[in-house]
Amino acid sequence: MSAVFADEVVTAAKVRYLRVPGLAGELALITLDNGHDHTRPSTFGPGGLAALDAALDEVAAHSPAPVAIAVTGKPFIFAVGADLSGVPAITSAADAREIAETGHRVFRRLKDSAIPTFAFVNGAAMGGGLELALHCHHRTIASTAVVAFPEVFLGLVPGWGGTQLLPNLIGIDAAVGVIVDNALAQNKVTPAPKAAALGIADAVFEPADFLERSLEWAAGVLSGDVAVRRPEVDRSAWDDAIARARGIVAARTRNASPGALRAVELLDLARAGDAGFTAGTAAEDDALTDLLMSDELRAGLYAFDLVNKRAKRPAGAPDKALARKVTKVGVVGAGLMASQLALLFVRRLEVPVVLTDVDQARVDKGVGYVHAELEKLAGRRRLSPDALNRLKSLVTGSLDKAAFADADLVIEAVFEELSVKQQVFAEVEAVVRPECVLATNTSALSVTEMAAQLQHPERVVGLHFFNPVAVLPLLEVVRAERTDDATLATAFAVGKALKKSCVLVADAPAFVVNRLLTRFLGEVTAAVDAGTPVAVAETALEPLGLPMTPFELLSLVGPPVALHVAERMHEAFPDRFGVGEGLRRMVELGKTSVFSEPGVIDPELAGIDSGDSPLTAEELRDRAERALAEEIGLMLADGVVQAVQDIDLAMLLGAGWPFWLGGISAYLDRAGVSEAVTGARFLPRGVASLPA
Amino acid sequence: MSSAERPPRSLREVVFVDGVRTPFGKAGPTGIYAETRADDLVVRCIRELMRRNPALPADRVDEVAIAATTQIGDQGLTIGRTAALLAGLPKSVPGFAIDRMCAGAMTAVTTTASGIAFGAYDVAIAGGVEHMGHHPMGEGVDPNPRFVSEQIVDGSALVMGSTAENLHDRFPHLTKERADAFALASQQKYAAAVAAGRIGPELVPVATRSAEHGWGLATVDEPPRPGTTLDGLATLKTPFRPHGHVTAGNAAGLNDGATGCLLAAEDVAEELGLHVGMRLVGFGFAGVEPEVMGVGPIPSTEKALARTGLTIDDIGLFELNEAFAVQVLAFLDHFGIADDDARVNPWGGAIAVGHPLASSGVRLMTQLSRQFAERPDVRYGLTAMCIGIGMGGTVIWENPNWEGAAA
Repeated sequence: MSAVFADEVVTAAKVRYLRVPGLAGELALITLDNGHDHTRPSTFGPGGLAALDAALDEVAAHSPAPVAIAVTGKPFIFAVGADLSGVPAITSAADAREIAETGHRVFRRLKDSAIPTFAFVNGAAMGGGLELALHCHHRTIASTAVVAFPEVFLGLVPGWGGTQLLPNLIGIDAAVGVIVDNALAQNKVTPAPKAAALGIADAVFEPADFLERSLEWAAGVLSGDVAVRRPEVDRSAWDDAIARARGIVAARTRNASPGALRAVELLDLARAGDAGFTAGTAAEDDALTDLLMSDELRAGLYAFDLVNKRAKRPAGAPDKALARKVTKVGVVGAGLMASQLALLFVRRLEVPVVLTDVDQARVDKGVGYVHAELEKLAGRRRLSPDALNRLKSLVTGSLDKAAFADADLVIEAVFEELSVKQQVFAEVEAVVRPECVLATNTSALSVTEMAAQLQHPERVVGLHFFNPVAVLPLLEVVRAERTDDATLATAFAVGKALKKSCVLVADAPAFVVNRLLTRFLGEVTAAVDAGTPVAVAETALEPLGLPMTPFELLSLVGPPVALHVAERMHEAFPDRFGVGEGLRRMVELGKTSVFSEPGVIDPELAGIDSGDSPLTAEELRDRAERALAEEIGLMLADGVVQAVQDIDLAMLLGAGWPFWLGGISAYLDRAGVSEAVTGARFLPRGVASLPA
Repeated sequence: MSSAERPPRSLREVVFVDGVRTPFGKAGPTGIYAETRADDLVVRCIRELMRRNPALPADRVDEVAIAATTQIGDQGLTIGRTAALLAGLPKSVPGFAIDRMCAGAMTAVTTTASGIAFGAYDVAIAGGVEHMGHHPMGEGVDPNPRFVSEQIVDGSALVMGSTAENLHDRFPHLTKERADAFALASQQKYAAAVAAGRIGPELVPVATRSAEHGWGLATVDEPPRPGTTLDGLATLKTPFRPHGHVTAGNAAGLNDGATGCLLAAEDVAEELGLHVGMRLVGFGFAGVEPEVMGVGPIPSTEKALARTGLTIDDIGLFELNEAFAVQVLAFLDHFGIADDDARVNPWGGAIAVGHPLASSGVRLMTQLSRQFAERPDVRYGLTAMCIGIGMGGTVIWENPNWEGAAA
């Protein structure tokens, strides 16, 4: 089997027999170590499992027999689970099943061992690493370690025993929390103290002498001096917890993630307790085999790779060395968006940030907003009192743009009107140095036109943030026609310093995310205008697994913004982008939602879906999917992005497109829509899908 | 307003509460601590002291003085302060690094003890470390050329083994045979003390990293050679001189290890309910010719005795650092004590257990305090050591368990 993962970084299992004070015999300590430092955590592929298996063979054969077996990790890392980089090499269900079964067989040796087994979780324990620990009879954890089951987040299940062991250790409700809820909440990890409180670990020790204390503790457990208390698992809690899990999966994945659904089934199965362990793990084998051989999982791993690799090295970004230092930032406008930008810049860049606006009241409000947000952070202990003082003193306001004279970057967030923005840039250019970068946060206007009348149009760049600015990780960096490399490099450097994932986009209408969302929403609003019931339109797109329904999205964006972008897009591409009548009515009436209360259409919007050519859910979904495929095809043809991967990345990070479906292009390929609309797949087979 | 009378000064008694050490290792790429940081060895000692003395609130520690001879790399960065932070002591606890070569930890003790007696501290942690595998002797030294050009010291003064050979020249009756016999006895006494469980309880187990073999646990000293024989010793090379006297067998080796102890004002120990292992009587340091640095403990002991009003006959137990057998013999010879006197290093010495330079002073004290607990018949004990560049240090201690002259 080891031929399956040709490039596996094998995690070795190194055995030493230790004399531990207070222990009658030797303790066999197995160190998991892939030979790299903590930046390349230890994982388990076929080679790593074989190494652990061989180590357990050696321990079993050792004479005299050790009185305890313990497993720990290399410095800072316990083990972070299966080696997912090898998944593309799995090309048959037989291969997949063998991986699943081998993990079970090897880990189970620790559970079935007649010699007491211990896991000393010295650092991060994720997925298969945590499952290994759960197979041991006892666990200690370093107070700085974290544990997690990220599988469901990726479209997989914790299938090396995790779904069966965890609920029978800490109870089903807590297990649902760790395996389902946390995984689907941006892959939240559980810190050691919480893990111990839940019962995942029996004892917590500080890292300074973690291994020494763990060994002493193990000796105490074996001598009976240390009592290990585990709460009784409440068998009557299963139905409620499984119902809760189903609710979470439905709400967060629209039931579009096979992995999440399988995980809930397996957790349900775990109610049989230890007596059902063999059957439960066999069911895990089945689930892993099916999921590993599914396009969805391959797509999930593709998405994971995009976010972890491509997002860190943006395609098309110029040489980093060209970036200029940014030691002061100007923000034109002091409205909510501008204030949010000022907050972000001051927190991340820690340089002076000056806001300007047309009257003192607005300026004061903007600066006041930033100060208040900083105070809130300090109140939550996210900022020290000194840092609060520092950051507050860095944020100032002015009525005079002359305050920008020594700024290295000025970003505008004023009213979305080209002439207004041109006027603003002209005023700013009059006071700043020639190399000062001028950035716009426009969502739909042409950056090139904004720069056209300036003396130095080459210093203008688009920095398109997504609302809420502090939360959403995407930054579209817009290269206008005349933007030079130094400006662009500075924009990327700033984006990185702001801890945003940057995607380079051309100066095309609405760039990437808004263009696709507008196209997509346009199909929905057009269908409603034509008479498709709101309730049908609301649920028609569930198979796409989006985090929110179309009308929830509309409310989040805000109908006026959605209308503004729709109108701009209609101007640019009248035959593909319409402007919904219903949307206009909402804006005219000042409505922020179609609904007055959940599921009830606002009475003032009654008749919004009273047209006479309604679509079925399937028809609407088909239209929306075809529209997306068409738009993506056109964007690629026009060179809006470097590659379709950038569109996927942008939709994952900027629109919350679900990981477990692998980005929009993978979905459209899988559904056959890309080929039907554009004549070809966006991604070759094997990239975000099973190999051909 | 600052003209208020300050209270009259009074000295306080200083007590040695408790001492611990890591097992000592052999320096070098295959030693147990080859991949373990020196500062981590110190951290283990500090944490163990705090664990063993739970009655001591961490914020009552007023100073952390840690000695190292080579104060760079993992022994640099003001190791007393950084080790205190790494050990999790409150940030309000200060610390410093200290150096007097082999007597580093001893000087950490006398310095902080002086601060306690003076009233500047209530409680202090003192100790030392030397990772001679990471920091070979003489690493980074840059002796002033004037030492040689002005003949301030002989070239041999900087090579400790050569200074030991010089001692054999000065005292021809201290033969290689006597040195070897003393060395053998050190190994035998150490082995007996381990077998009897006397050495061991003061050891702090240390998890040892090995990239090749995985984690291990150091629980016993690595340097001792239990199979040592006189015949075997006789055949060893004399690396410092052809046909010389000093061998790897009758000298301490090159070692890694750390020590730490807790000192307190006696009234504070009483207030907090801390154990009292020894009471500090006095100390002395003295300089000698650097070429024969091994005689250093003779004048330092004379000084300490004179200042405390004691005589050598008052001393019931001696913990002498065995940098070289000949240097201990010179001390014993001077004071008219037999080579095999039962009061001297009853549990063996550095020739067996090792001598991680700056750490050893506190090993001597820890061992003496544990002997005091077994020996209520003994009132006074003495710890002494020779020091590179020609010095000696001596600290005299009183046994709180002493039952009186009648006993």
